[in-house]
Amino acid sequence: MQTEPSAPLVSMRGVDKIFFGGYANKGIDFDLRRGEIHALIGENGAGKTTLMNILAGIYSPDSGRITVDGREARFRSPRDAIEFGIGMVHQHFMLIPVLAVWENMLLGLRDVGFVLDLRSMVSKIRDMSERYAMPVDPEAYVWALSIGEQQRVEILKMLYRGTNVLILDEPTSVLTPQETRELFAALRKMTDAGHGIVIISHKIDEVMSIADRVTVLRKGERVCSVEARLTAREALAEMMVGRALKRVKKSGGGPPGRAVLSCRGLCARNDRGMASLSGVSFDLREGEILGVAGVAGNAQGELCEVLAGLRALDSGEIILNGQDISGRSAREFIKRGVSYIPVDRRETGLAPNMNLSENIALKRYWRKPAAVWKIFMDWKFISGLTAQLVDAFRIQAPSPGSPARNLSGGNLQKLMLARELSDAPLVILAMHPVWGLDVGAAEFVHERLLEERARGAGIMLVSEDLDELFEMSDRIMVMSGGKIMGIAERPQDVSREEIGMMMAGVPMRAAV
Amino acid sequence: MSVDIITPILAAAIRSGTPVLYAVMGEILSERSGVMNLGLEGVMLIGAFAGFSATQATGDPAVGIAASFLAGALVTSIHAFLCVTMGANQVVSGLALAMFGEGMSAMLGRNHIGQTIAGIKPFRVPLLGDIPIIGQIFFSHDVMVYASYILVAALCFFIFRTRPGLNLRAVGENPRASDAMGLSVARMRYAYTLAGGGLAGVAGGYLSVVYSQMWVEGMTAGRGWIAVALVIFSIWHPLRGALGCYMFGGVDALQMRMQAAGTSVPAPILLMMPYAMTLAVLVFISIRKRQGILLGAPASLGRPFRREERE
Amino acid sequence: MIHWKLEPRPNGTARFNFAVTAASLCAASAIGGLLMGLMGVNPFHAYFEIFRGALGSKYGLSETLVKSIPITLTGLACLLAFRMSIWNIGAEGQLVMGAIAAAAFVRYCRVDGSVAAFACMFAASAAAGGLWGALPGFLKGRWNVNEIISTLMLNYIALCLMDLLLYGAWKDPTSMGFPMTPSFPKTARLWVFGNTRLHGGLIMALIFPVVAWAALRRTQWGFEIRVIGENARAARYSGMGILKNIVLVMFLSGAIAGLCGMSEVAGLHGRLSRGFSVGYGFTGVIVAWLTRLNALLLPMAAFLMSILLVGGDTLQVTMALPLSSVQVIQGLILFCVLGGEVFRGYRLRRVRAGGPSPEDGE
Repeated sequence: MQTEPSAPLVSMRGVDKIFFGGYANKGIDFDLRRGEIHALIGENGAGKTTLMNILAGIYSPDSGRITVDGREARFRSPRDAIEFGIGMVHQHFMLIPVLAVWENMLLGLRDVGFVLDLRSMVSKIRDMSERYAMPVDPEAYVWALSIGEQQRVEILKMLYRGTNVLILDEPTSVLTPQETRELFAALRKMTDAGHGIVIISHKIDEVMSIADRVTVLRKGERVCSVEARLTAREALAEMMVGRALKRVKKSGGGPPGRAVLSCRGLCARNDRGMASLSGVSFDLREGEILGVAGVAGNAQGELCEVLAGLRALDSGEIILNGQDISGRSAREFIKRGVSYIPVDRRETGLAPNMNLSENIALKRYWRKPAAVWKIFMDWKFISGLTAQLVDAFRIQAPSPGSPARNLSGGNLQKLMLARELSDAPLVILAMHPVWGLDVGAAEFVHERLLEERARGAGIMLVSEDLDELFEMSDRIMVMSGGKIMGIAERPQDVSREEIGMMMAGVPMRAAV
Repeated sequence: MSVDIITPILAAAIRSGTPVLYAVMGEILSERSGVMNLGLEGVMLIGAFAGFSATQATGDPAVGIAASFLAGALVTSIHAFLCVTMGANQVVSGLALAMFGEGMSAMLGRNHIGQTIAGIKPFRVPLLGDIPIIGQIFFSHDVMVYASYILVAALCFFIFRTRPGLNLRAVGENPRASDAMGLSVARMRYAYTLAGGGLAGVAGGYLSVVYSQMWVEGMTAGRGWIAVALVIFSIWHPLRGALGCYMFGGVDALQMRMQAAGTSVPAPILLMMPYAMTLAVLVFISIRKRQGILLGAPASLGRPFRREERE
Repeated sequence: MIHWKLEPRPNGTARFNFAVTAASLCAASAIGGLLMGLMGVNPFHAYFEIFRGALGSKYGLSETLVKSIPITLTGLACLLAFRMSIWNIGAEGQLVMGAIAAAAFVRYCRVDGSVAAFACMFAASAAAGGLWGALPGFLKGRWNVNEIISTLMLNYIALCLMDLLLYGAWKDPTSMGFPMTPSFPKTARLWVFGNTRLHGGLIMALIFPVVAWAALRRTQWGFEIRVIGENARAARYSGMGILKNIVLVMFLSGAIAGLCGMSEVAGLHGRLSRGFSVGYGFTGVIVAWLTRLNALLLPMAAFLMSILLVGGDTLQVTMALPLSSVQVIQGLILFCVLGGEVFRGYRLRRVRAGGPSPEDGE
C-alpha cells in the first residue's frame, strides 16, 4: 500500500458483497481523493456498479468498512449516504418522468418548507446550472427532456444536495461525442471546486482522457489502482480482461448483394402516440451489416419494431424480398424470416419464469416440426432442439428445465440468439446485442453475427457504442429525431466527429 | 322537472355519495403510494361495525367515527404487511381482505342486527345554508359531509402543493428513484395504506353512524368495489374523485326516490343502476384513456419494491 | 442492531412447495382458532365439530362431495383466467347467468330427458356464462378496462337480473313468497347417484380439470395462454394474438362457471332459487390460488374447502357460530397462503443494520 499524500475523501476497505452465494465484490479496497476524477473500470459483471451502489447506500455490504472524510460510515439507506455527501447518478436515471425538473430536484429533501415554493426553486436551479455550465429548463417535465438533459438534471440534483462525492455510472453511453466533451468540462469544474468524482466505465479510451487515477476490477476483485497518465491503455485493457484482447476479425465483404429489405418513407408513432419515425427510407442488403448509430431514444427502437411487424405504420412501405409486407401481422414477419433481437431480453425477448425449452419454443411452437397437427406441441422434439442449441451456443444453465431467470445476462442473450438465429433468417434486427455482456460473451455474439453475415443474411445492428459500430459495420446509418441523417457507405472514410455531428441532428454533408 | 323535485334529489346525492367519497379519498392516497387495496368493501364493513358499536357503547357518534377510522386502519395493516413487507400479490391480498372484513364484521355484529343508534344529526350551516338551492343541496347536511368537503380540498392541496405530497407522488411513480433520493418507500407505503384504510373505515362508519344509524350485515352493498372503480375514474385526482362519487350518489338517490315513489320499474332494475353506471363509466374512461387524453395510473401501482432486487 | 431481512433464493423443490402450502393452512387454522378463542369459543372443539360434521357421517361426506363440485368448477374458471394474469373475479355472476339460462331453457323449451335436449341445455348455460365472461374479456383486451371491477359489477348485475326474474315472471305461485322458480320436471334433472345428492356435475368436476391441465401443457393454445400470463410483451413479440386469447379464455372461464351454475340448479336444487350459490365464485378464487394454478390439484383443494363449508354449517347448528366465521377463515387462508408464497422465493436472514461491524470483517 502506498502512502497517501492527504487523507482520502472516501476510503473503502475489504468490502464484500454476496449475491446468490457468489461474490459480487470480494475484499475490495478503494480510495477517492479530494479534487480527483477516479475511473472505476472493468468488464460487465466485474462488480463496479455493485461497489458504488454500496458506497451510495443502496446495497449494504456483507463485510468491510467505509470511511468518509475520516469518519466511519455505516449506511442503512441512500439517505444516510446523502448525508455523508455521497451522490450517485445511475445508468438508469433516478428521475420521475411525470414530474417537472424542479420537483425532481426537491424530491426527498427535508430542509425545505412544507408548501412547495416553485419560484425560489426555479431561481436556485438557474443559478446552479449557470455556475456549472449545465443548462436545463427548471419547469420542463422530465419526460420531455433529451437523455443528455436528463443527465444534467441528475447531476444538478446531486450537487443541490451538497454532494461532495459524485458517482457517475457509465455517463457517456447515452451521449454524443460532443456532449461527452461538454460533460467532461463540467466535471472538471466540479473537481476544481474540491469535489471527488468516480466514473464507472468500460471504455478505456474515454477514461484515459479524463481520469486522474484508475482502479481496475475483475470478477469482483480489485486488480490495481494506478495513475492514469503513467499507464498504457493496452496494459489497462489486459488487466481488465485478464488476457490480451482479441479483435474480432471481419472478413472482407464481397460485392454488395441485392436489397433484401427495403423501407420507403416509414412513419410511425411512439408509445405516447406522438410522431416518432418520420419518413425513414433505406435498403438493407444481403450479406451486410448495416450499423445504426444514434443517441438512445431517437426512434431506433420504433424502427426495429416497425420492421419486425410489432408497431403499426402510419405510412410507408416495407418490402421484403420484393414483396410488400407492410401492415401484415408480426407472425407473418416471423414466417418470412425476419428475426428480431430486442434490447430488453427480460421484458420482451424472453419469458424469464419459463424454462429454456419453452423460451426456445416461443417463435416456432406453431410450425412443424415443433407442432403436431396444428394443435399440439412436440415437447420431445423441442427439448431435443434446446439441448442442441444449448450446446452450440455454449449456454451455461443449471438444466434445460430450469427457469430462464436463473441464467446470467450473457447466457440469456445467448439463449435469445440461439432462438433467433437457428432458422437461417433473411433479416436480423439486432438492438444492442452485446449490451451488458462481458468481453467474452460479446465476442461470441459478434462472431455469430458475422457468421450470419457470411451466410448472406442482412443484418441491422443498432448500437450506441461507436467502437462496436465501426468494428462490425459495412455501412453506418445515423438517426436523429426519427429521421436518417445520412448513411456512411464506407465507414473507414468517416470520422467519429462527423458521425457525432449527425447524431446531434446535423444532416450529412453531401461529400461523404 | 321543477326545482322542487331536483333539489332534494341533488341533496340526497351528496349524502349518499359521501360514504363512497371517504373510501375513494383513502384509496387515492393508498394507490398514489403504489399499493392497491381492493379490500375496501371489507374494510368499510369493519369500519361500519366499529362505528356502530362504539357509538352504541359510548353514546357519542364522534367516538364512533374515530373508532371506525382506527378499526379500518387496523384491519388494513394485514394488507399493508403482506404487500409492503412481504411483497405479496396485491390483487389477491385485497380480495382476501374483502372476504375477511365481510366475514369478521358479520361475525362480530351477529347479535346487533337491526339495532339502531342515535347518530349525528344534520345541521344547517349558517349563512351558506340560507342561499337558495345551493344551500339546500350542499349545506343542509351533517358535520361529516362538511368534513368531506374540507378533506377533498385538503387532499388536493396536500398532493399537489406540499413537500410530502410530492414525495407521495414520486413513490407511487418510481419507488427505486425515490429510495435513491433518500425516501423510505416502505414507511411511506405503510403510512398511506393505513391512512387509506382508516378513511375507508370512516366511510363505513358514516354509513352506520350517520346514514342509516343502524347495523345491517353487508350494509355497504358493493360500495367498496364501486369506490375502487371510481378511483380509476378519478385518474387519482381528489377533485375528479369527488365528482365521480356525487355522480354515483345521484344515481343511487334517484333510484331510491323512484322506489319510494312506487314506479312501475321493478326494484331489481333500479338496484342494478349504480353498478351498471359504474361499469359504463369505467368503460368510457378506459376508451378515452386509449386516445391519450389522460395520464395513467401511478406507474408502480401493484408492484412490490425491494431495494436490493436487481433489475 | 439486528434485524431480519428477506433474501432471494433459488427455486424450492415440489416437496418444499407443498410443505409451504401445508404450513400456510396450519397457520390460518391457528389464527382462526385464536380468533375463536377470543370470541369465547373453544377452537379445538370447533375444529373437531367441523371435521365431524363434514366427514364423520355418510350424509356429511356426501354433502362435502356435493359442495366440492361447484368449488372445483369455479376454481377452474378462476384458474384459467389467472393463468393468463386476467383477474376474473366474476365467476359468481357467470355461474348465475349459466343457471338462469338453464332455468330459461327448462321453462321455455321442453326438456324431455333426451340427449339432444340436455346437450342444448348445457350449450345454453355455457354460452350464457361464457358471454358474461367474454364481455369483460373483450373490454380488457380492446380498451384495457380493469377486469377486476368490470367482472365484479357484472356479478351484481347478474344477481339483480336473477332477482328480477325470481320476484317477477318466473316466481313459483305456490312458493308462498319465496323467490324461486317452480321445480324442474324430472326429465330436466341431471343424473343422480343412487339415493345421494351427488349429481352428474361430479363428472364435469373430475374431467374438466384434467382436460384443462392437459390443454395447458400440451397444446399450442395452452402454451400461448401461459406465455401471455407470464409476459404479455414476449407473447406479442412472438406474434401471439392477445385480444383473441383474452376473449377466448374469458369465454371458457365463464362457460365453465355457467355449466357449474347449471349443474347446481338442474342437478342439486332442481329449481332456480335466490341464494342457490353461497359465494362459490369467490371460493373458487381461493381454491385456484391454493393449487398454485395447477389444475390437477383442484379437486383436492376444493374438497378441503368444502370440508370447511359443510363443517361451517354444522358449527352454526351445534355451536351457534355464524356462517360468516367460514368467510373469516377463508380470508385467513388466503392471507396465509400469500404470506407463505414469499418463502418460496425468499429466505429470512439475520443481518445487522448498516452493514457489518469492523470486527467481523475477516
